[in-house]
Amino acid sequence: MGIRFVLMVNKQGQTRLAQYYEYLNLEERRALEGEIVRKCLARTEQQCSFVEHRNYKVVYRRYASLFFLVGVDNEENELAILEFIHLLVETMDRHFGNVCELDIMFHLEKAHFMLEEMVMNGCVVETSKTNILSPIQLMEKAS
Amino acid sequence: MALSGMRGLSVFISDIRNCQNKELERLRVDKELGNIRTRFKNEKASFYMRGIAISCGYEIENIVIARYKLTCSIDGLTHYEKKKYVWKMLYIYMLGYDVDFGHMEAVSLISAPKYPEKQVGYIVTSCLLNENHDFLRLAINTVRNDIIGRNETFQCLALTLVGNIGGRDFAESLAPDVQKLLISSSCRPLVRKKAALCLLRLFRKNPDVVNVDGWSDRMAQLLDERDMGVLTSSMSLLVALVSKNHEAYWSCLPKCVKTLERLARNQDIPQEYTYYGIPSPWLQVKTMRALQYFPAVEDPNTRRSLFEVLQRILMGTDVVKNVNKNNASHAVLFEALALVMHLDAEKEMMSQCVALLGKFIAVREPNIRYLGLENMTRMLMVTDVHDIIKRHQAQIITSLKDPDISIRRRALDLLYGMCDVSNAKDIVEELLQYLSSADFAMREELSLKAAILAEKFAPDLSWYVDVILQLIDKAGDFVSDDIWFRVVQFVTNNEDLQPYAALKAREYLDKPAIHETMVKVSAYILGEYSHLLSRRPGCSPKEIFSLIHEKLPTVTTSTIPILLSTYAKILMHTQPPDQELQKRIWAIFSKYESCIDAEIQQRAVEYHALSMKGAALMDILAEMPKFPERQSSLIKKAEDSEADTAEQSAIKLRAQQQSSNALVATDQRPANGTPPVNQLGLVKVPVMSNADQNSGEQGLGLENGALTVVDPQPRSTSSPDLLGDLLGPLAIEGPPGTAPQSELRVASDLESGANPDALAIAPIEEQPNTVQPIGDITERFQALCLKDSGVLYEDPYIQIGIKADWRAHHGRVVIFLGNKNTAPLISVQALILPPSHLKMELSLVPETIPPRAQVQCPFEVINLQPSRELAVLDFSYMFGTHKVNVKLRLPTVLNKFFQPITVSAEEFFPQWRSLSGPPLKLQEVVRGVRPMPIAEMANLFNSLHLMVCPGLDPNANNLVASTTFYSESTRAMLCLVRIETDPADRTQLRMTVASGDPTLTFELKEFIKEQIVSIPIPSRGPTPVPQPQPTSPPISDPGAILAGLL
Repeated sequence: MGIRFVLMVNKQGQTRLAQYYEYLNLEERRALEGEIVRKCLARTEQQCSFVEHRNYKVVYRRYASLFFLVGVDNEENELAILEFIHLLVETMDRHFGNVCELDIMFHLEKAHFMLEEMVMNGCVVETSKTNILSPIQLMEKAS
Repeated sequence: MALSGMRGLSVFISDIRNCQNKELERLRVDKELGNIRTRFKNEKASFYMRGIAISCGYEIENIVIARYKLTCSIDGLTHYEKKKYVWKMLYIYMLGYDVDFGHMEAVSLISAPKYPEKQVGYIVTSCLLNENHDFLRLAINTVRNDIIGRNETFQCLALTLVGNIGGRDFAESLAPDVQKLLISSSCRPLVRKKAALCLLRLFRKNPDVVNVDGWSDRMAQLLDERDMGVLTSSMSLLVALVSKNHEAYWSCLPKCVKTLERLARNQDIPQEYTYYGIPSPWLQVKTMRALQYFPAVEDPNTRRSLFEVLQRILMGTDVVKNVNKNNASHAVLFEALALVMHLDAEKEMMSQCVALLGKFIAVREPNIRYLGLENMTRMLMVTDVHDIIKRHQAQIITSLKDPDISIRRRALDLLYGMCDVSNAKDIVEELLQYLSSADFAMREELSLKAAILAEKFAPDLSWYVDVILQLIDKAGDFVSDDIWFRVVQFVTNNEDLQPYAALKAREYLDKPAIHETMVKVSAYILGEYSHLLSRRPGCSPKEIFSLIHEKLPTVTTSTIPILLSTYAKILMHTQPPDQELQKRIWAIFSKYESCIDAEIQQRAVEYHALSMKGAALMDILAEMPKFPERQSSLIKKAEDSEADTAEQSAIKLRAQQQSSNALVATDQRPANGTPPVNQLGLVKVPVMSNADQNSGEQGLGLENGALTVVDPQPRSTSSPDLLGDLLGPLAIEGPPGTAPQSELRVASDLESGANPDALAIAPIEEQPNTVQPIGDITERFQALCLKDSGVLYEDPYIQIGIKADWRAHHGRVVIFLGNKNTAPLISVQALILPPSHLKMELSLVPETIPPRAQVQCPFEVINLQPSRELAVLDFSYMFGTHKVNVKLRLPTVLNKFFQPITVSAEEFFPQWRSLSGPPLKLQEVVRGVRPMPIAEMANLFNSLHLMVCPGLDPNANNLVASTTFYSESTRAMLCLVRIETDPADRTQLRMTVASGDPTLTFELKEFIKEQIVSIPIPSRGPTPVPQPQPTSPPISDPGAILAGLL
C-alpha cells in the first residue's frame, strides 16, 4: 500500500504531526515513534536517508529543527518518497511563508488538510501545489 | 498567531509547549481532558445512543443528526466549540494520550451541515478510528449521502474518509457509487482522483467490487486521462489491480507505455506537475511499477517504444548539483533499472544497468550508494550478471565497514546473495573479521549468514570447522544450537576431520574466558576424539580432563551433562587406567549423584555404575556412530525463506529456526535406536536395552503383526492369535452389510479355512523364518493409535519407528527403518497397501540399509472420506539367509483426523436438535462393554481426541463429547457423541452419535464401539461367531427399549 505513516518530530523527539495509513493503537504508536525517532535522531548528515525498522523502511529528511519521517513498505521508491517530503515542505512554505515548527504546531489542522490532499490510503494523490492548497484557500475565503 | 480563530486551541498548545517535563504535560493534558469530558457529558444521551446505535444502524443516523442539532441548540456547545474540542482531542491523541471517550463527538461532526465542522469531523475521525470501530457504522449513511450528493467538497471529504478507513461494509454499500464517480464525465478531477483511491481501498477490502463486466476497459480508458491528479491515483489503483490479476488488464499495458512516453518526453505536462524540471517523477515511478506487474511485453511495437524510453532514462540521467532535482531524476532512474531487470532486456541494456550500479555503489552520496547496493542485490536474480557483480566485491566489502548501519545491512545482504564456491572463503572471512566490531544489532544476522555460507560453500571441511569455532568464539550468544550440532555431525561423520577438530577444540579451551557454547562443543569433541591427540604434548587424558573440568564452575546446568559424558569417555579411553584420574572422576560422579537436576543425576549415577564395570565400559561408551546424512536445518530454513533474501530479518529467521529444533531433535535419533536423552547423547546404549525399554509396553496380548512363519511350531501359536484379534472386534460389530469388504473377507475366509493367500492381511508364502518380534505388535499398534510417535515393530535385526504429524485431513508420516546390526540388511522392501479412503504413497525405500544406519521414509496421507479401514505396511528384508516378511497395520486410524473441540451448551443443543434422526444421528445400545468408571471412560474419549464436555449433561452417569472430523469429502465436520451409562450394569450403555454426514456418523459410532467393548481373550479354534447382532438399522434396535431404564 506504499506509505504507512507520516511523522513530523522535532529534535527533542516531540511529535508535531502523526498521520497513519494503517491502524496502530496508542501503545503501538508510542513504541514505534519512540524507536524510530531514537534511531533517526542519532544519525549524522553524512548518512543516508533510509533507515530499516521492523517491516518498515523509514525515509526521512531534516529541516532545521524538524524531522519529517515517512514509513513505507517495499512497494515504494525511496528517492521518490524523499522528494515527496520536500514537496510537502515546499507546499507548506508556499502557504505559511517560510514554514517553521511553530507553524505546524499551531496550525495542526492546516498541516492535516494539506497532507490529506496529498496522500490518501497510503498513495500519493496530488502533487500540484496549487491543487493541494485550493481547499484551504477556499475555506479561508469563506471564514 | 491565533490561527483559524481557535484561540482556546492555541492557548492549550502554548501551555503544553511550556511544560518543562512530561509530568507537567500530563497534568495539563488531564486538566484539558477533564474539561472536554464535562462539556461532552452534558450530552446525556451519549451512552444511551451508543447502545442503540450499535444495535440498529440506520435509524440511529437520524438520531445522531438530531442529537447534533440538539447539542448545538440546547446545551450551548456551538459548532465552533465542538470543533475546537475535537481538534484538542486530536492534539492530545498525537501526544500519546487516550481519547476514546471523544470518538462519538468526532463522528457526530460528520453530520454537521457546514463545511468547516464537517471537514473536522471527517479528518479527525479518520485519524482516531479504524474500520472496526462501531461508531464508524453510525456514519455510513451520512457518508453515502455526501458521496452521492451534489456538493463537490463534501464528496471529497467523504471519499477520503472511506479511502483511508473504510471497511468491508463500506465496500459492499458504496462501491457502485464510487465507481460511477470515477468514470463520470461530469465529475471534476478533484473528485475523481479521490474516487480512484477510495475504490482502491474498497477493492482491498473486497476484491469483488471490481468484478464487474468491462471494468478493465474502463480502467484502460482512465489511463487516457489528461488530468495528472486523476492519472496519478488511477495508476495506483491499476498497480493494485494488476498485482492481483494481470491477465484481466492486458489492455492497460500499452496505455502505461504511452503515459510513460508522454512523461519522459515532457509532452503536454502542465507546469504545476513538473518538479525541478522533471515531469511528475511520482507518476513516472508509479507507471513503471505498474509495468513490473506484467510478466512480459509481447507486442513488438510496444516493447520497442518502452525500451526506447528506458534507454533514454538510463543514458540521459546526469548527476546535477541541485539535490532535489538529482534525487527526483535518480528516483526515475532506479525505477527504470528495476523495470529493465524485470523485463530481462537485451544483454547490452543489462550490462548498462550493472555498470550504472557499479558506479553507484562507489559514489560518495550515501543515498545513491544505499540504493545501488539494494538494487544490485535484486539484480542477483538475473542469472547472467553474477560474474560482473563479483568484480565489485572489494567495493562491497568496503561498504560492509561503512559508518552507516543502513548501508552495512545492504552490503551484508548483497555479499550473502553473491557468495558462491569461488568467493566463499573471502566473503566468510570478511564477515568473521567484521563480526568482532559489528554493532550488536547486526551480530545475530551476521553470524547466521556466516554459518550458512560456511556450510553451503565450504571448500574443505577443516575450514568449515575453523569458521564455526571462530563464530562461537566471537559471537557465542548469537550462535544457535543448530549451528554447533551441525559441526558435531560433520566431525562425527568424517574421520579425517576428527583429529583436527579435537586439536582446535583443545586450543580454544586454553583461552581464559570462553563462551559456554564453546565449552559444550569442545567438551563433546574432546570426549569423542581426544585420544587421537594423546601423543601430543599437553594432550594426555589427565591434562584434557583438567582443562575441561576447569570450566565446570562457569557453566549452567544444560552443559554439565555434556561434561559428565566427556569425563566418562575420557575415563574409557585412558588405557591402562589411571587410578588417580579415575578417583577424581568418580568423585565428581558421586557428587552429582544427588544433583537436583534429573538429567545430571541420571548421567552421574549411570556413568558411575558403568565405569565400575571396567572392560564392559569399552562397548558401552564406544564412539558415536555416524549420523545419517541429512540436509542442514540452517540451509533448509534459508532456502525456504530465500524468496525475500533482501528483506530477510535475522530475527525472523532465527525464530523459525528455533521452532525447528523440535524436528531436528527427533531427526537426530541415532541409527541404533538409542532413546534420545539429549540430541547428542554421548552414550551408546546397548541394543538389547531397547527391548527393556519397551518391555513396559509388552503384555500378554495378541500378536497381530502376522509374521511370516513357516515353522509349524510358531505358526500354530501365532496364527490363531491373528485370527482372534481380527475377529474380535468383528464379532461384536454392527451390521455386517456395511462392514469393510476386506475385513469381511478375512473373517469368512478364515472361518471357512480358505487359502490364506487370498487375504490382505495374512501370512504369505512359507519361508524359513525364525525371527521373532520383540514386544507385542498389537499393543504397539494400539499405543500408536493414541500417540503420534513410537515403535511400530521391532525384532533382533530391525526396528521400525513411526512419527506422524496430523493436520486437518492431512498427515505427514515418517517411517524410520533402523538396522540394529553390524551387517547390512538387504533386499529391503516396503509397500503400503492403502485402503480406498486414504491417499498415501510411500517413496522409494533403499534396498539396503547399512549397518547401524537408519533410513527415513516420509510420506503424505490425505483422508478422503470417513472410514475405519486401515492401511497396511508390507515389509520384508533379508538378513543373511533369512527372509523376514511382516505385515503391519499402520495407525492411520479414524481418530487421527479428529481435532478436539469444546462446545458450549449454546452451541451444542441447537446442533444436537437439528441433527434429528437417522442417518445423521444414530443411537444404539451397546452390550459387552469393558466395565470402567465414568472418569476412565472420559479419559479414553479424550485420548481419542473426542473432547468430553463436562456439564452439558446434568446426569453424572452420562457423558457428552465433541470433536471436529476432517476429510476431503466432509471437510471440517462437527461430531457430537452422547453416552448414557447404567450404574447398575456397567457392561452396557446407550450411545448416540451425530454429525452432518451419514457415513461419518456410522463410522464414528462403530469406531467408538470398537474402543469400548471388551476384546475377548483370543479363544483358540473357532472364533466367536458373530452374535445375532442387529442387522437392521440401529434406530429400530430392539435394545432401544432399554432407554427407559437409562
